[in-house]
Amino acid sequence: MANSILLGTRKGTVIIDRNGSGWQPRSILHEGIPVCYAARDPRDGTLWSSLDHGHWGPKLSRSRDGGKTWEDVLSLKYPEGARYIVKYLPTPDFDPEAPAGEPEYKDATVYKIWNLAFGSSDQPGRIYAGTIPGGLFVSDDGGDTWELNRPLWNHDSRGGDLFSGDATSENKWGGTPASIDYGVFEPGIHSVVVDPRDPNHLYMAASTVGVMESNDGGESWTVRNRGLRMEYQPDPEAEWGHDPHFMAACPGQPDHLWQQNHCGVFYSSDGAKSWKKVSVPEQGVHFGFPVAVDANDGKTAWVVPARADSERMAIDGGLFVARTNDGGESWQALRNGLPQDNAYDIVLRHALDVDGDCLCFGSTTGNVYLSEDRGESWQCLGNNFPPVYSVRFG
Amino acid sequence: MPVVEMTSHLYRYFPQLQDQEIKVPAGSVAEVLNAINELAPGFSDYILDERGALRRHVLISVNETAVVDRATLTDQVPEGGTIYIFQALTGG
Repeated sequence: MANSILLGTRKGTVIIDRNGSGWQPRSILHEGIPVCYAARDPRDGTLWSSLDHGHWGPKLSRSRDGGKTWEDVLSLKYPEGARYIVKYLPTPDFDPEAPAGEPEYKDATVYKIWNLAFGSSDQPGRIYAGTIPGGLFVSDDGGDTWELNRPLWNHDSRGGDLFSGDATSENKWGGTPASIDYGVFEPGIHSVVVDPRDPNHLYMAASTVGVMESNDGGESWTVRNRGLRMEYQPDPEAEWGHDPHFMAACPGQPDHLWQQNHCGVFYSSDGAKSWKKVSVPEQGVHFGFPVAVDANDGKTAWVVPARADSERMAIDGGLFVARTNDGGESWQALRNGLPQDNAYDIVLRHALDVDGDCLCFGSTTGNVYLSEDRGESWQCLGNNFPPVYSVRFG
Repeated sequence: MPVVEMTSHLYRYFPQLQDQEIKVPAGSVAEVLNAINELAPGFSDYILDERGALRRHVLISVNETAVVDRATLTDQVPEGGTIYIFQALTGG
């Protein structure tokens, strides 16, 4: 049973400790600095926060003493020659009458370290970091040094090996227009899943790209978007361009994967070889950002539905968590203890987590809610936190 | 030797630079930043990206002139000059 919860917030890292039968937040850490992801490495207890400095560039911060002291980790950088083809997204200055005739190449710079995933106990020190623009970085020494996964960076779907020459094919990776507030339009890797049975079996998901799988420790990658649908494209079943907001797998049944996608909730019971849309829009289960999967039962998952697309608020002013126990065949709306009037909370992709029977989520309105009975009832851990970007039990 | 002035925000990360006159050898902006990085390891990572270019919201000026070469930082900082390191301020 986890005894603490880590929040990544707009104003720093918050650690909430279990205190007898209740929960008590500590003083904020990384005070005033946006933290887009915070998590604890379960193998050695190291705490990690991904700092999203507006001016000074993204940094990882690491604590090996439970959060008392922190150190910068400055080594996560794109290597010399890491280029990518810039996509033209519908930004305010985009001119559809005069699209660029030639691909535009750009040297990669880390804009955001969006997600961290920890390797298995067979690979101590292995950590993955998903970044914008679209890099998967790997460390094998607990974060001291990092390397870009080149097979994914140089994948044919991105135009081939731009390290060694010009692009030979088209870039099929889209961008992340949702982060337009930050002026970042590049594709971002927000989800990395390591198969507990085999650490060389990996998945990654990126916005307006989709899901990719590797069975050889990241040496090669295959697209896994079959069954996904995107309603915003002329061909909803096209191979590329899907928009998972977050993807998670069941640790005890790793072939069971879930994604909250821009265009619905999708479930796979065959290791992402095929996906099935399990949304029930008439019950409000459709759009949202996060998804959490039970540790043992791959058919049980939770989402926090919201209104799409342009509003992006709680549905009808009432906040609820939806749970399925049967692979998305049916959903229960869990509202007990959650506000049902005047709620405008949005729960972002990394801001819902599950640990045993406990669930916790935080919203961009600064509210944090906890359930210790699988979502049946909820208690509020605080209403005045900064906007919450991530919630992880630790 | 040129003098370095910087936004107080950076002292939070590099307290060893606070409350002292920072003087480094004259040269290009890149050379000056390297010299500051010797005094405060990691400093460059806050000012420059992995290409060595000035980060988007960081401004460096030599005396009263903003640097022109933000990519390779070849602008010269003369003997007796002052280099200022600022950041843009954004919303809440």
